[in-house]
Amino acid sequence: MSASPTLAPAALGSFTPEVFAAHLASVSHLPAWWLDRKRAAYEKFASLPLPKRTDESWRFATLTGLKLDGYVLPAAVTAAQLGHSPIGIAKAGKLVLANNRLVAQEPISAELAGRGVIFETLQNALLKHGDLVKAHLLAQPAKQGSEKFSALHTALLNDGAFIYLPRGVELAEPLAVFHYAHGAAAAVFPHTLVIAEGNSRATVVDFFRSADDGAHFACGQNDLYAAHGAQLTYTAAQTWSRETLSFQSNSIVARRDARVQSFNLHLGGRQSRHESHSELQAPGAHSEMLALTVAHGSQEFDQRTLQIHQAPHTSSNLLYKNALLDQSKTIFSGLIVVDPDAQKTDAYQSNRNLMLSDDAEANSLPGLEIQANDVRCTHGATSSRIDPEQEFYLQARGIRKDDAGELLTFGFFEEVLSKLASEPLHDAFRDLIKTKFKK
Amino acid sequence: MSSLEIKDLHVSIGEKQIVKGLTLTVRSGEVHAIMGPNGTGKSTLAKAVAGHPSFTITSGDVLLDGRSILAMQPDERARAGLFLAFQYPSEIPGVSIANFLRAAVQARMGEGEELDATGYYKRLYSKMDLLKIDRKFTSRAINDGFSGGEKKRCEILQMAMLEPKFALMDETDSGLDIDALRIVADGVNALRSTNLGVLMITHYQRLLGYIVPDHVHVMWDGRIVKSGDKSLALELEAKGYDWVKKELVRA
Repeated sequence: MSASPTLAPAALGSFTPEVFAAHLASVSHLPAWWLDRKRAAYEKFASLPLPKRTDESWRFATLTGLKLDGYVLPAAVTAAQLGHSPIGIAKAGKLVLANNRLVAQEPISAELAGRGVIFETLQNALLKHGDLVKAHLLAQPAKQGSEKFSALHTALLNDGAFIYLPRGVELAEPLAVFHYAHGAAAAVFPHTLVIAEGNSRATVVDFFRSADDGAHFACGQNDLYAAHGAQLTYTAAQTWSRETLSFQSNSIVARRDARVQSFNLHLGGRQSRHESHSELQAPGAHSEMLALTVAHGSQEFDQRTLQIHQAPHTSSNLLYKNALLDQSKTIFSGLIVVDPDAQKTDAYQSNRNLMLSDDAEANSLPGLEIQANDVRCTHGATSSRIDPEQEFYLQARGIRKDDAGELLTFGFFEEVLSKLASEPLHDAFRDLIKTKFKK
Repeated sequence: MSSLEIKDLHVSIGEKQIVKGLTLTVRSGEVHAIMGPNGTGKSTLAKAVAGHPSFTITSGDVLLDGRSILAMQPDERARAGLFLAFQYPSEIPGVSIANFLRAAVQARMGEGEELDATGYYKRLYSKMDLLKIDRKFTSRAINDGFSGGEKKRCEILQMAMLEPKFALMDETDSGLDIDALRIVADGVNALRSTNLGVLMITHYQRLLGYIVPDHVHVMWDGRIVKSGDKSLALELEAKGYDWVKKELVRA
């Protein structure tokens, strides 16, 4: 196997054919269809160039930051080496993955397992529930510019989390998955696959963490599939190290009357690209897409979203809020697509930026692409500064200017946080956000 | 015994002089009322003393216990013991009263000192009971969708929790019906003590029937033109501000 001769070495970076071959050999026990997909994905990765200045889907992004060299597929770590710290919420089960391997777990109860709930590693699922995995794993191709990185993810994905909720099963507590990168230059490929069958109901939480302040490379993806009437809540908290380059792609499929709520908290990383697309495939499907970002220092957060209405009477509601400090930069590019027969679509898209610094830069590109004639679609983007009267009011109570900024940021975020039904998760995320304001 | 001394204070907004040489001393335990028609500089005085960035103090001084506060940020002035009860309190969606007050109380504690949450809530609830404020109030966002009366009660609640040395109360009676006025006045009266000095700014005599001042000052065109005891307020009520214009300003 060799890369296309027209490509500069930078297009492969550390992820050379030799690295891929060694990885493939290490997963040779997995089903042949999966290995075939990985081979095809590597070919695709190697054939695609890195994003270029002229790529509309990378507009405003700092392309010089997207270097793929200097990384390694890291060695295994033990739970002790990792120093995993819990988040203090009640869970129905937990998986801790680090450096692309399972390091610790709290299985689901025998009662839930008896009812058919599956919560285990992706490798185990590939071996035991191959058909189920095959139908949903990476089933939605990347559509928003990260085709190359999505292919890399498929090629080098070693292990992740697999969640299967049978028809009608409701989980009272969330399932938590921790994805760690550990050690200098570690490259990780996190994956969480959730299949929620008809009328099931659950909350899944992904935590993306660096175990140290190394310059990590994270290239993750998740697949959320909500069947007829399923109610799926997915939340993710990204706290990669400040030197991490991250690509994350979030795919949501909602079938008839399914309701999916996704919430992504973006705090870490040097440069973080997040793509999220929802496909509303059948009448009554609903997707609520939420995100909060606190950008500081010279961090860059690049978020691209797609709300695709493929059937009539579907709805989606997107609210992304960014708080920008220092010289940070955010990009939001969102698109609502309404297919010709998706009449009575109700779609909303909003990006709001709170500028806490004059040196920060927020870019917004909201968009609509509507081919049906009886729809309601609204979108908007705003950037605003802290209201000086509100700031003075807080200061007049003795609250320091910086703390007033933090309080007002939480006030700005509350509209999103309050949509999370789980109070403990809400509190856990608040605590994570607070760490961004510690001096 | 604390003192708040305002000395020959001149305040401008941009190029426009609003306060033009005002001198006044308030001591702990005293309640002073400043009365005067609209546009005479009363609110400017209160906000400038609290440190609002839109106002420039061009000359004069404000001393708290003998030390100038003019170089201090608004939050430093507040922690030093000043409290401004706003005429138009800001609405801050998403920030609950409980979190806000906790941040304000915490700001007054030393480095590394932890807030005793149980004690804090106990104190908060007792002040709320005193002010006849429903406990559900604490989870509401600051002044967000509050009625005029709720906003003013919320100001008094903050004052009760923060226990300032001096309170500048800017038109606390404005926009209140008689029942709300009585509750607010009862709250202020309950907080009156030998440790608190109050500077009440009001347009109407009505409030002074509920919060009886020790001293009354009449402000006109950026200065105090007459001072007296509570009977001055009644005289003003009877004769109207035209009397001030004709009798006092001419003098």
